[in-house]
Amino acid sequence: MQAFTTHTGLATMIDSANIDTDQIIPKQFLSKVTRDGFGVHLFHDWRYFDDAGDTPNPAFSLNQARYAGASVLLAKENFGCGSSREHAPWALADFGFKVIIAPSFADIFYGNSINNGLLPVCLTEAQVQQLMDEVSAQQGAQVTVDLQRQQVIAPSGAEFAFTIAESARHNLLNGLDAIGISLTYSEAIVAYEAQLPAWRA
Amino acid sequence: MAKTLYEKVWDSHIVAAPQGEAPLIYVDRHLVHEVTSPQAFSGLKVAGRQLRAPEKTFATMDHNTSTKSASLDALSPMARIQVETLAQNCEEFGVRLYDIHHKNQGIVHVMGPELGITLPGTVIVCGDSHTATHGAFGALAFGIGTSEVEHVMATQTLRQLKAKTMKIEVRGHVADGITAKDIVLAIIGKIGMDGGTGYVVEFCGEAIEALSMEGRMTVCNMAIEMGAKAGMVAPDATTIDYVKGREFAPKGADWESAVAAWRELRSDDDAVFDAHVVLQAADIAPQLTWGTNPGQVVAIDQPVPNPLDEPNPTSRSSIEKALEYVALTAGTRMTDVSINKVFIGSCTNSRIEDLRSAAHQAKGRKVAAGVTAIVVPGSGLVKEQAEAEGLDKIFIDAGFEWRLPGCSMCLAMNDDRLEAGDRCASTSNRNFEGRQGRGSRTHLVSPAMAAAAAVAGHFVDIRKAY
Repeated sequence: MQAFTTHTGLATMIDSANIDTDQIIPKQFLSKVTRDGFGVHLFHDWRYFDDAGDTPNPAFSLNQARYAGASVLLAKENFGCGSSREHAPWALADFGFKVIIAPSFADIFYGNSINNGLLPVCLTEAQVQQLMDEVSAQQGAQVTVDLQRQQVIAPSGAEFAFTIAESARHNLLNGLDAIGISLTYSEAIVAYEAQLPAWRA
Repeated sequence: MAKTLYEKVWDSHIVAAPQGEAPLIYVDRHLVHEVTSPQAFSGLKVAGRQLRAPEKTFATMDHNTSTKSASLDALSPMARIQVETLAQNCEEFGVRLYDIHHKNQGIVHVMGPELGITLPGTVIVCGDSHTATHGAFGALAFGIGTSEVEHVMATQTLRQLKAKTMKIEVRGHVADGITAKDIVLAIIGKIGMDGGTGYVVEFCGEAIEALSMEGRMTVCNMAIEMGAKAGMVAPDATTIDYVKGREFAPKGADWESAVAAWRELRSDDDAVFDAHVVLQAADIAPQLTWGTNPGQVVAIDQPVPNPLDEPNPTSRSSIEKALEYVALTAGTRMTDVSINKVFIGSCTNSRIEDLRSAAHQAKGRKVAAGVTAIVVPGSGLVKEQAEAEGLDKIFIDAGFEWRLPGCSMCLAMNDDRLEAGDRCASTSNRNFEGRQGRGSRTHLVSPAMAAAAAVAGHFVDIRKAY
């Protein structure tokens, strides 16, 4: 996994709560057997009027020129709810997002994002609203997310602290391979298995 | 110290808990399907890693299989590649696979319990959010992403932070015609679609204890629809009777020691939960969703809500967007809402009891003109049982289509898909925008409510049929 320390980038937003993973990557794009190439289908049904993806919806933020190249996504509460499909963070990351900022995230999506080096940041509703207001007001507004200091820096310079589990922060900062680390506990796993009752073996 | 059911299962699965790291939890059973596993198998191959416990890994094909034909030719080219990739991976890594030709093939969360793979007191994971279903047995079961699927394959463990605990108690008894689906929809309506985020929920109370295993699975299945990490029900005689004798259930002396262990699996009387929710079962009317998330639910005798009644601006905006998408007006009586499609199936409601309940409504009646209704049994074994009871004939005589097992129109990855503008009474678990087909509108209901709607052409209050 690629390490995440700090990121500064153009921010965009989808001003909705409960954005589910069916919207992030609709089911018709889940039939691939690889992890790449999902970005073109990100938010397909909101982004395009047609099934082929030839006719963009100009009202949708990700289609607007002022947000081209955005790497920070702002949204309302319970982002990533629903299906466990990891294709959702794959699509967000492949599209170019590095950070999602929302008042809350669904549990599975949150974990999947961290496992892909995509940083989910929880701020308060008021802070997210302030970021949305600032980003809307100023074309090209950039947001900085500093994982080392656990701070989000708004375009105005306002700083918002955020919390993240220390284990997740450590893995992200160092770009660690979670499986590789867990395999160093092989002896403990073997010992655990040795004491299992027969009905669980 | 007093412990909750969740804490007992959690504590018994800690392999290591190093300082500053998430604890390493042992996984007893890993269920695998074609959509969320190919990249995990590829990851193992690229890293040159082994599948640690193939005997604890069980695979089936369900998400994009055809319900019209058991031939690979019935699949789209990409779906076919995905299904064939699963077969190749299972062959290469030695994983038991229930493919589309196997009599035990079915929806992963129907297949696991009926084969006795799902056991109380175990940790069960799958790359699918509805893994919560297995919590009905007092297992700790939850959905994971593909990176975690690969982690389990390589280590038979997962990194997990301990969740908070929530007790959801449904006191007393439900009225006639009220099913597990109505109970869980009422719970989601009460606490909201993210009311359970960060929690493992234990469902309890007389109304939960009175449910069959099928009913408990329906309730736990939708724990994810309230955002919960998992849902659990303490195992009891109903659980033990269900598990006994199933193919992978313990046998002989192992069965005796398992049952002894399972009898300890209940929250201690003085265990402390982080949150406690109480519902009175007698208050629960037949439920159905009106909007675009499972928390947007009303009782059949209530009107579509008015966004102007909602003080929170974000919630008001969600209601307005949902009303626009589903093309309903605030104040509309749900019994006045017509449907043109009916889907009876999914990991929520495709078990034998669900089909019996739907068939009871369909028997001797006809699907209304202009309505297309399909019944998709959850597994080959459910289909076989239903046919032995003559349920297939009841459905077919009433004008329903009787299909082959699979996830089908719950997520519409195969060709069982709604068209734009279709309105569907669905026994599935998610009414998200476009879930069953772009531009389509889904209303989540119980199997009996779905079958009754198929016959009437609009939603009806099922209590009037009893």
